[in-house]
Amino acid sequence: MNITSLLNALPGAVAQGLIWGIMAIGVYITYKVLDLADLTVDGSMATGGAVCVMLMLGGVNVWVALVCAVAAGMLAGLVTGVFHTAMGIPPILSGILTQLSLYSVNLAIMDFKANQGINVTKYPLIVSQRNVRALGLSNPIFTTLIVLALLIAVLYWFFGTELGSSLRATGANAAMSRAQGINTNVCKILGLMISNGIVALSSAMLAHYQGFVDVNMGRGAIVIGLAAVIISDVIFGKLFRNFALKLTGVAVGAVIYYIVIQVVLWLGLNTNLLKLLSALIVAVFLAVPYWKANMKGGGRRA
Amino acid sequence: MLELVNVRKTFNPKTVNEKVALDGVNLRLEDGDFVTVIGGNGAGKSTMLNAIAGVWPVDSGRIAIDGYELTHLPEHRRAALLGRVFQDPMTGTAATMQIEENLALAARRGQRRTLKAGITRQEREAYREKLARLGLGLEDRMTAKVGLLSGGQRQALTLLMATLKKPKLLLLDEHTAALDPRTAAKVLELSEQIVTENHLMTLMVTHNMRDAIRYGNRLIMMNEGRVILDISGDEKKHLTVEMLMDAFARASGEAFANDRILLS
Repeated sequence: MNITSLLNALPGAVAQGLIWGIMAIGVYITYKVLDLADLTVDGSMATGGAVCVMLMLGGVNVWVALVCAVAAGMLAGLVTGVFHTAMGIPPILSGILTQLSLYSVNLAIMDFKANQGINVTKYPLIVSQRNVRALGLSNPIFTTLIVLALLIAVLYWFFGTELGSSLRATGANAAMSRAQGINTNVCKILGLMISNGIVALSSAMLAHYQGFVDVNMGRGAIVIGLAAVIISDVIFGKLFRNFALKLTGVAVGAVIYYIVIQVVLWLGLNTNLLKLLSALIVAVFLAVPYWKANMKGGGRRA
Repeated sequence: MLELVNVRKTFNPKTVNEKVALDGVNLRLEDGDFVTVIGGNGAGKSTMLNAIAGVWPVDSGRIAIDGYELTHLPEHRRAALLGRVFQDPMTGTAATMQIEENLALAARRGQRRTLKAGITRQEREAYREKLARLGLGLEDRMTAKVGLLSGGQRQALTLLMATLKKPKLLLLDEHTAALDPRTAAKVLELSEQIVTENHLMTLMVTHNMRDAIRYGNRLIMMNEGRVILDISGDEKKHLTVEMLMDAFARASGEAFANDRILLS
């Protein structure tokens, strides 16, 4: 165990954490704002990368490819939204159905190969692992921070508008929202589309960063997203009241998650056990509010 | 003008839990009518209000306001014409949103939600004035989350929200039942004040016979999904609780055996 090897791994952890932070912001919108647990993200976290990489390999401009990736993610969100609202399927199951179908869709996008590489020397990738220790504008940490800042600014503006407020109201109290003339079904669909669009953007950037897209790269994404949201809740919950700060906290939460993972790996944990560890940690943190409530309830009965 | 024509609703049809909640309700309200609705548990009072609001589709019959057919419109579309206050103070407001945000949502009832600002400075000033008139000190806490308010404060706020944009019909569904007697009285006073000032057509469900007699210009009693008594004008002014109970016995053929009503 050499401390330099850990320090060497840190820039990579930060860059990855920031890219996953974008995804976590997408999860925040469904999980916290809309009060829906959306499992679509495990699929759309590969869809964005698949669309972007395949379009670029086909000679499409990088920005056009990124926009298409976001659009593909939004389409996935739309499908989940329609499953839930028009077909009456519970949100978790709707997400699982879309996620499952996306596995086939993603493979189809990727020419029925499990992964597709894209070389940074031949294609104008916006972020790349190769430059993670570079000083300057080519560093993926710098680029991702700009994307995050823009994203948070746009979301902050949007959720302050009439339409954005009606989305927040739908998540806060659906019955009240309908009584105030808000079409809660449309709001849920729109929220799922925005969320999965953001997740697909993160997916495309992750594919750029690692230089390939893999059909399994989204597996467990929802857990990482929830972990980031929960970490930020625990650390910044009392501190950050403002919506923009909360979103920032979620991105920081993802970075903390990746640094912790890096430390755990450095301590010698088998990489294959990571998902088990993540799931258990998230399970415990999700249980905390329930345990707290039960302790209070017990006190009242006594 | 509100019209209900032969409105029927059965919950859980063809199961052991089948319940005929509305058994052909006919009702006509004129503009400015303030109607109190009483009846025992399961008489169909709240169900009638929910049928008007469109919480679920009715089985048959028609519902119209000013000749505008509501029967097949979804809940959020009917909201343009309706102001609603619910029994549970939690239902009418968004707890995790600010007081002023809740008001801004209500001010846009029946309008398209655009990408314009969710709340403007002029609006804030208008809300501050209206909140001040409630006399609850809420005008100084406009950015506080509604979840921090007491039940009475939340009901007063919901009442303000329901009438911020003048509705064609105000639906008050036992909106003081969950409050302590003093707060309930205050919220009732406030309701009457708002209804009178805005000349609102109102349906107010209550479990309290005295309140039903005291407020409004007309009283209807429901039993087993039907309107069994309809009293208005001078006759209503001289009503007593005893007269109401007698009337119930005559109309329904049974004694008014409902603890909750007798006790209140």
